[in-house]
Amino acid sequence: MKSFSSIVTVVVLATTHFLCACAGELPDQPAGDTTTTHSSPGDNAGLTLPSGFSATVVAENLGGVRHIVVDSNGDIYAKLSKLKDGKGILELKGGDAGRISSFGNYPGTGIAIKNGYLYASSNTSIFRYKLDAGNQVIDPDKPETIVKDLTDRGQHNSKSITLDNAGNIYVNIGAPSNSCQVQDRAVGSKGQDPCPLLDYAGGIWQFKTDKLNQTINDGVHYATGIRNTVGLDWNSSVNELYVMQHGRDDLHRMFEQYYTVKDNAELPAEEFLLVKKGSDFGWPYCYFDPKQDKKMLAPEYGGDGKIQGRCGEIEKPLVAFPAHLAPNALLFYTGDQFPEKYKNGAFIAFHGSWNRAPEPQAGYFVAFVPMKDGKPGGNWEIFADGFAGGDDKKASGRVDYRPCGLAQGPDGALYVSDDRKGNIWKITYKK
Amino acid sequence: MRRRLIPVNVVIASLLFILLSLEPDQIKPPKAVMDRGETIYAKECLGCHQADGLGVQGLNPPLAKTKWVLGPRAQMIHIVLKGLTDPIEIDGDTYNNPMPPHLHLNDQEISDVLTYVRNSFGNNAKPITPADVKKVRAAIAKGK
Repeated sequence: MKSFSSIVTVVVLATTHFLCACAGELPDQPAGDTTTTHSSPGDNAGLTLPSGFSATVVAENLGGVRHIVVDSNGDIYAKLSKLKDGKGILELKGGDAGRISSFGNYPGTGIAIKNGYLYASSNTSIFRYKLDAGNQVIDPDKPETIVKDLTDRGQHNSKSITLDNAGNIYVNIGAPSNSCQVQDRAVGSKGQDPCPLLDYAGGIWQFKTDKLNQTINDGVHYATGIRNTVGLDWNSSVNELYVMQHGRDDLHRMFEQYYTVKDNAELPAEEFLLVKKGSDFGWPYCYFDPKQDKKMLAPEYGGDGKIQGRCGEIEKPLVAFPAHLAPNALLFYTGDQFPEKYKNGAFIAFHGSWNRAPEPQAGYFVAFVPMKDGKPGGNWEIFADGFAGGDDKKASGRVDYRPCGLAQGPDGALYVSDDRKGNIWKITYKK
Repeated sequence: MRRRLIPVNVVIASLLFILLSLEPDQIKPPKAVMDRGETIYAKECLGCHQADGLGVQGLNPPLAKTKWVLGPRAQMIHIVLKGLTDPIEIDGDTYNNPMPPHLHLNDQEISDVLTYVRNSFGNNAKPITPADVKKVRAAIAKGK
């Protein structure tokens, strides 16, 4: 028994060492990551942050908290992926987990506040609730339906939302597909060309905020060729829309003749995109290969990992993040609390990978991209890490927490939500 | 009497020992089947259902101890041949990614990988034979 347990110990240690070594070889460590200092576990609620920053857990085990928003009173609204006691939106009064109320009888992802309204989305619709002068929802049982009947076939069904300053709301309609094959994800099934899904999904639609019961035909087909987006945000410093695209899966499983297991873990990039009206980012025909720094032709459409074909014309991402990390939230920081370099920069919450298997999984952190005049002003870096709960948990994907939502508080603090257990962290800065 | 009891006890104990030591081999499928199944699992299934068979939150369902895996053999074969497009629910959690059909695998390959899954990740269920797969494939071809 004793010898058995020591063998187990050796095997476990060896495995852990092996996984750590592999994780270190991943190209997910950004260049120029000089500001991050690592505090000992237990500090900052288990998170590692740049020096001067600290974190506390403001709520635990709320359920599947997708996106969050914080109003000017510091009240936190959280959208749940699954109903809790029949409700899909939680309000934490004053950010206090001891003062929670709930409303909204639909699960979903999107939540936002703009000009006296709280906006929230189910997987098919967008609703809004009028707020009173004290920022309270006036009638939680009677929201206005702004948009309805959007596509929901399970896969990529999050309807993430953001609003501009001109009365418009933008929603992602993810493609219910990996690469628009005749038979989704099936080995040997051809890609459909043209892809019929692009008529009603795989892009961003723009709707009016003050018009009720709009359907997709009432909206503006703002951008196309975007497989799925969960994180998107309006950058008010330049008045443009930015989104994070989730790249495709399964290059090795379906095309082992062109892509190794390692290729599959490293292709394609997760893309940070500046989306203009009429933009087309090439899905399902193209994907971005960060090593070749090119949009490549997808193998369902005749690609082999080397042919660029029609994809040479397609715009490249502003930043190419490592494959499969699942960027689920994007937030342009407009607060005054954090140091100057963070002003108008982009925070991105990475939910973490699964399609890297059997290679070690990666992600489960919040990244930061400094921005200047609406373009990246430097290399991206890991801002907050430690959500996974250790290198072995990160490598296996059996993590403690998965970052999914971001919000900025009235004092300029950054909030991060997790949809695995339902924790919310508050990150603050002190000189 | 007394002299005969001891040999009887020994015989019973020996029989029990033999039975108990045989039991795992009788339930566990042959190593060759499990080895072939494991190889196919790594290529076809692991990317979604993961190395530990526990799937991915909200996307790809677990294969450990669910009725979909441990239930009727024909049901599991049907899913592999036809795929699943609707989200499925296990223990109150919904899984949204589709399961593609695996028509590129033959009867032997499907029986090997399903037998492997039914006897891995804490599962212990009756093996699936190529004949089982053939039967379901024929039923699907007839439009059933």
